[in-house]
Amino acid sequence: MTRKTIASSVYDWVDERLGLSEIVAFARHKSVPVHSQSFWYYWGGISLFLFLIQCFTGVLLLVYYRPGAEAYESVRQITFSMHFGWLIRSAHSWSANLMIFSIMVHMFSVFFMKAYRKPREFGWLSGMALLGLATVFGFSGYLLPMDELSYFATKVGLEIPATIPGIGTFIANMLRGGPEVSEFTVQRFFALHVVVLPAIFVPLLGFHLWLVQRHGNAAPPSVEALPLEQRKSMPFLPNFLMKDLAMWLISLNILALLASVFPWTLGKQFDPLAPAPLGIHPEWYFMSPFEMLKLIGAVLPGMIGEIGGILLFSVAILLWLLIPFYDGSRDSGKRGRYANYFGLLAIITLLATTVIGYWTIK
Amino acid sequence: MADPTLVNGQITDRVTNSGEKEMSEEKNLTSNIVQQPEEPGEKNTRRTFLAIAGVAGLGYAAAMAYPIYRYLASPEEAAMNATAVTEVTLKDAQKLPAGSVLMFKFGSSPAMLIHHTDPAREWISMTAVCTHLGCTVQYEPQADRIHCACHGGVYNPYTGANVSGPPPKPLKLFKVAVNEADVKVSRA
Repeated sequence: MTRKTIASSVYDWVDERLGLSEIVAFARHKSVPVHSQSFWYYWGGISLFLFLIQCFTGVLLLVYYRPGAEAYESVRQITFSMHFGWLIRSAHSWSANLMIFSIMVHMFSVFFMKAYRKPREFGWLSGMALLGLATVFGFSGYLLPMDELSYFATKVGLEIPATIPGIGTFIANMLRGGPEVSEFTVQRFFALHVVVLPAIFVPLLGFHLWLVQRHGNAAPPSVEALPLEQRKSMPFLPNFLMKDLAMWLISLNILALLASVFPWTLGKQFDPLAPAPLGIHPEWYFMSPFEMLKLIGAVLPGMIGEIGGILLFSVAILLWLLIPFYDGSRDSGKRGRYANYFGLLAIITLLATTVIGYWTIK
Repeated sequence: MADPTLVNGQITDRVTNSGEKEMSEEKNLTSNIVQQPEEPGEKNTRRTFLAIAGVAGLGYAAAMAYPIYRYLASPEEAAMNATAVTEVTLKDAQKLPAGSVLMFKFGSSPAMLIHHTDPAREWISMTAVCTHLGCTVQYEPQADRIHCACHGGVYNPYTGANVSGPPPKPLKLFKVAVNEADVKVSRA
């Protein structure tokens, strides 16, 4: 038997049992629309790549990280004693931020290309759930070093569920593991960050990716309006995949550059008796809601402002989530336009409140 | 599927396109062979490009892998530095009663200091790592032997010689210097 016939008989053996040729045939038929906005198709892939980086660097950090009372000391060791520990940690932090950024770009591109329309409603909803989980990943991971900043960020962040009338204090205490942020908090945030969240995130991500395979990439309405013969596409294998991988390589280079040139710092160890450091503020992706609550609080002081703010948020997020259900069909001209205005309003509000937030710190 | 006809149209299009492409490439190849058996310049640029790309790719992968390797190897390196230790000072160990043992770390591995009752060979120090499979051995003053509980190895408590059981080699002795305030143990 020649080497080729051995290889093909091994392939046949596996194929017969796992149905590889079906997957190969499917992959060969997969194609991606080509048009002026094709660039935005890469952002889902970039988000996926950054998530893989998070898994990889996360496991590397897990090799030396110790939750609980020793948390700060172990992060100090990783950062200052272990060779290149600062780089791994910096890559994990930078990649986390870049991932949230690229998910947001992905979300807005899906929004403006109206890729949430029938039959892609579940893609939109699962994507929004993934973004929500990513911010919880961010919030829980932020505490793990247990330095001054992460301590106060968590302290302040957990005041938000505490404002829920009735059960708020109970929820906050359950999350904290007591009335104050302590080593118990870091222990349970750790469990959340490395076990619970991945266990929810990964299957949901699988579902999201499966839907993309099932329905393919959505073309924007302007392209969908074109007659069939004027629409262009490229095969997924190998053309789009190669471009995708090139984007991954670019992302990796940007990440490596940021992580090494601007290494993530480690503050002083938290001290429950020390006053909050000056200029303390939430991470950029929490800045906008934080600032909005502050602004609403200035207009409507007291409990009314707090409840009003949370109510306003809930309504806005609900409207955003349900967009496929009131702008769901191709011929909804007027509604489609309103959806665009809603998207623009969302972007402007997010940007404006974030800028105001950073402005008022300085 | 949003629009099966669209997808089908694309598929058939693509298949015929690529089919044609393959055929035309084959034609080119045969015509090349017939008319111009070698095109050294073209071949070289392609080969050079692939070689450079391959080396660059390997270099890139190595640049990513190196920090990860060093990061994971950090404790091992620290332990290697610890084995470079040549002398350990055991404070107040001179007060150790006769017929007893003090376990301590020589570098990164366990060692023992035995204060024997025999005045001729009073102070003995040796490694406490069994030469068989690396268990930590123990000094038994009643039996006047060093015993390994894992597989029953026995050593001589004065010379470190392997007396019975599976150990293939003796335990290594250290030099001992007893001072006023401490005991200094160093590599023999």
